[in-house]
Amino acid sequence: MSRSDVLVSADWVQDHLDDPKVVVVEVDEDTSAYDKNHIRNAVRIDWKKDLQDPVRRDFVDQAGFEALLSAKGIANDDTVVLYGGNNNWFASYAFWYFKLYGHGDVKLLDGGRKKWELDSRELVDGDKVPERPATAYKAQAQDASIRAFRDDVVAAIGSKNLVDVRSPDEFSGRLLAPAHLPQEQSQRPGHVPTAKNIPWSKNANDDGTFKSDDELRALYEAENVDLSKDTIAYCRIGERSALTWFVLHQLLGQTNVKNYDGSWTEYGSLVGVPIELGSN
Amino acid sequence: MCGAKAGGPELAGVDVANETIIQGSVTRDGEPVNGYVRLLDASGEFTAEVPTSATGQFRFFAAPGSWTLRALVPGATVDRAVVAQQGQFTEVAITV
Repeated sequence: MSRSDVLVSADWVQDHLDDPKVVVVEVDEDTSAYDKNHIRNAVRIDWKKDLQDPVRRDFVDQAGFEALLSAKGIANDDTVVLYGGNNNWFASYAFWYFKLYGHGDVKLLDGGRKKWELDSRELVDGDKVPERPATAYKAQAQDASIRAFRDDVVAAIGSKNLVDVRSPDEFSGRLLAPAHLPQEQSQRPGHVPTAKNIPWSKNANDDGTFKSDDELRALYEAENVDLSKDTIAYCRIGERSALTWFVLHQLLGQTNVKNYDGSWTEYGSLVGVPIELGSN
Repeated sequence: MCGAKAGGPELAGVDVANETIIQGSVTRDGEPVNGYVRLLDASGEFTAEVPTSATGQFRFFAAPGSWTLRALVPGATVDRAVVAQQGQFTEVAITV
């Protein structure tokens, strides 16, 4: 696994917009962004409606993922290139999802929608939706090696690396949610004891592209993350930590890195678990 | 799209008394600019980022204290220092 296997530049995407075996997929926090405009020939996946179980707090199951990708016209041997707003938060989340269900070739557009826009590249109107014939997509069973649950997190306190990728104010307990969203969510503020606060944003440049492998490795080493140990990353709902998971697992090639998608909205509402307040 | 609106988005429906709001607009020669605004904390650490609206506006729900706004638009990056207080909204007009 190397950077070029999982990360492509805007130029690369531009050169493959008409390649029938490359499917560009937009995944945004603001699920209406696609309706305004999007990269030509891109299809949309709605992280809420398409990827979440409509009743329980969980993902769509394997059959649901198969139905979704089949309907979107994505085949098992297609190269899927994900991009989105917010520096690829939700595109990273979808990337993790595609890996969870075993898709072979999936990549992120480096810098996502922001880089594309700051480059003043072409976006087409929202109603220009490509027609892709339905496929018979086959997903694999969930890869449990990349997903952490609440008990894994409690058991990791003091033994594994816990990386809290939220902003310093969320980590310390000053804020419960990112600053562009109204304050709501978990019952209690704070963080998991022994977690290190390494905000997702430290992985990225201002334009949303990822820093170099050397810079990224230096970042985690400077924060005393022992990369020889297992790691669990979390944030508020698991999307920003999917970006950090992407960095550690896909770019830096760390073998045992899990994303805790329950994240702070779950942990901060559990009865009886240890919580710490304040900065590192 | 029509021209830029002065100030930030409408505050109807927002609980101003309990929030610490930083908002405003990004313009170039009086016209709204589509781009992004980042909110950096007192140590310069990234806290949040939003795209500007069609009318160039943005809004953050922050906490009281010192912040930096960084506008990112095609071809330019502009920083503005702000101090926010709970119960008031801080208006910032950024020209690029």
